[in-house]
Amino acid sequence: MNPIRIFISRDAASLSVGSNKIAQAITQEAARRQVQIEIIRTGSRGMMWLEPLVEVETERGRIAYGPVTLEDVSSLFHAGFALGQDNFAFAQDHALCLGRTQDIPFLKSQQRLTFARIGVIDPLNMDQYRAHGGFAGFEAASKIKPVEIIEEVVTSGLRGRGGAGFPAGIKWRTVAAAPGERKYIVCNADEGDSGTFADRMVMEGDPFMLIEGMMIAGLATGATHGFVYIRSEYPDAITTMRAAVELARRAGRLGKAFDIEIRVGAGAYICGEETALLESIEGKRGQVRAKPPLPAHQGLFGKPTVINNVLTLAAIPWILEHGGKNYAAFGAGRSRGTMPFQLAGNVKYSGIHEVAFGMSLREMIFDISGGTASGRPVYAVQTGGPLGAYFPEHLLDTKLDYEAMIAAGGMLGHGGIVVFDDRADIARQARFAMDFCAIESCGKCTPCRIGSTRGVETLDKIAADIDRTRNIALVKDLCAVMTDGSLCALGGLTPMPVISALTHFPEAFTQSPAKPRAE
Amino acid sequence: MNSEETIAIIQSECERARAFLDQKGNPRTALLPILQAIQSQFGYIDKDALPLIAQELNISQAEVRGVVSFYHDFRLEPEGQHVLKLCRAEACQSMGCESLATHMQERHGLLPGQTLPDSSLTFENVYCLGNCALAPAAMLDGKLVGRVNKEWIDQLISGVRR
Ligand SMILES: Cc1cc2nc3c(=O)[nH]c(=O)nc-3n(C[C@H](O)[C@H](O)[C@H](O)COP(=O)(O)O)c2cc1C
Ligand code: SF4
Ligand code: FES
Repeated sequence: MNPIRIFISRDAASLSVGSNKIAQAITQEAARRQVQIEIIRTGSRGMMWLEPLVEVETERGRIAYGPVTLEDVSSLFHAGFALGQDNFAFAQDHALCLGRTQDIPFLKSQQRLTFARIGVIDPLNMDQYRAHGGFAGFEAASKIKPVEIIEEVVTSGLRGRGGAGFPAGIKWRTVAAAPGERKYIVCNADEGDSGTFADRMVMEGDPFMLIEGMMIAGLATGATHGFVYIRSEYPDAITTMRAAVELARRAGRLGKAFDIEIRVGAGAYICGEETALLESIEGKRGQVRAKPPLPAHQGLFGKPTVINNVLTLAAIPWILEHGGKNYAAFGAGRSRGTMPFQLAGNVKYSGIHEVAFGMSLREMIFDISGGTASGRPVYAVQTGGPLGAYFPEHLLDTKLDYEAMIAAGGMLGHGGIVVFDDRADIARQARFAMDFCAIESCGKCTPCRIGSTRGVETLDKIAADIDRTRNIALVKDLCAVMTDGSLCALGGLTPMPVISALTHFPEAFTQSPAKPRAE
Repeated sequence: MNSEETIAIIQSECERARAFLDQKGNPRTALLPILQAIQSQFGYIDKDALPLIAQELNISQAEVRGVVSFYHDFRLEPEGQHVLKLCRAEACQSMGCESLATHMQERHGLLPGQTLPDSSLTFENVYCLGNCALAPAAMLDGKLVGRVNKEWIDQLISGVRR
């Protein structure tokens, strides 16, 4: 009999709640019971509240169990969870049994284009990657002219997933047209926004997809060298990406026409800003450059450079394989395709939910995420990372697309959605936004460098009930100066969470003392 | 610090960067990899390494110092034997990381940036570890931890104390 195939994630999030220990315990228990098993370590399915999640292959497909603790392992075997792929039966009566993975509503309601293989295959197994459609996009791209590759990307409507939402095809066209024999593809894997983790999951769960996307970008623009700049807070992603690059070199996919080097950040949020990131690769302080010149004209080492987010580049292989039109068939308004939304913080069902743009925040938070984890009322929602607005309940009908979010005074950013229950102190959150800006400012502009520190002081006075009316006006003034007088979006958008807090949660700035905090 | 070993690290990182870029670009691009390699080897960056780096990359010591001081990761002093980084960003705030930080201070006498008197553990802040769906999150010696609670912290600290 073939060994029974068991799938357990090795994504850093799964490891963080003990998936290695579960894998070990299952191996031991199987040996004790003399059951032949093979454990395949995959990326995560992105249903984080179910981690550690264990899947067993059966005749009906993979059956999921979770969240599994060490104490459950023996009872899972006892209930018959490892009868094998030739068997229809499974441990359906076990309390942790979730049925077929693909039928779990959170997963079933998704449109997984980018995340299709994540949680399914062994991320560093190139044969599995190919068997699941890997490199089909590159092969399609190799058969057409560079301009045609770019046209597919333009047709797809793909916009930058790093936050600014600039059309990827237009950026590529500029770099392709720029003169110069040396050009670069830089992948922005700095993923500094709180509440986001999709880049990390791509790098850990399907690294060849990102490599393939960069190879296609190289073909399209004539770039021969690529860098992936990964934040140092992601050690597992760094290890996996390095291993994947090495495997791709050995397989002859990298190294000749196009090669990739992995670079690691050093704990500076501002290095997610594209020009600061380029400075950092060049070995300098991560200070923002004034634009123009655009990186597309004079980027890394002064050469034409495509700089794209991980998710932008990861969407490329699908687009080339299936055509730009098919990608553009998903989405709403000018936001085409799908987005792996990241449901984080105080939600019952947390994780990755990849769907077409256009669902409302309310549907995402209540229908998909099941409301708060604490069971208390949803009080505030921050989308788009630390520079995103705090939305109150009455704005939750806003649609998740770039323009609709801006129209409501917020932003979609990198697709992170952070939910707070009614114990949140929004005045404290506003203070945190200013404090974060003060900590992470690159120091180039005064409104950002000094203004943020003044903002913290003034918000402290408001909290201490010192001259509230005057100090609230002062914070608003300060925000206007930061918005108008900052070179980049760190100083320029820090006012967004602050002003949204003042506008939508005025009660937070007039009550004292503070409410009891979340435990 | 071992100068020979340091110089070997510097030269090998420079060589790697140059080889990747077919001797194009600017060798200074190796600066962050050099600092990271030195810190991972020795646990911190000894001040005596700075002139060696400056010389090899043909830049001033002030420039090297400027880079070291800009990035939060680099340190010129050794840390505790273990390092606990607690995420203080929004998703973790929504799940109560602030009360964990208060607990660190009240129960264990540690503010962010501080080390236990026996040097067994350094406590630091970090802003997002990409584990926002399993908040509150922390990182212990480079390993991610999810669903952190006070009991876990107490066990950790009583385990590392000497
Ligand atoms: C303060 C700041 C931080 C940023 N952080 C990131 C980041 O972590 N990851 C990212 O992809 N883009 C980040 N960006 C956006 C980049 O500057 C840039 O728009 C992006 O890398 C372009 O790629 P895209 O078009 O594929 O999104 C940041 C921008 C600012 C102003
Ligand atoms: S706004 Fe802040 S982070 Fe951006 S360039 Fe100015 S000082 Fe630097
Ligand atoms: S906000 Fe804490 S891990 Fe992301």
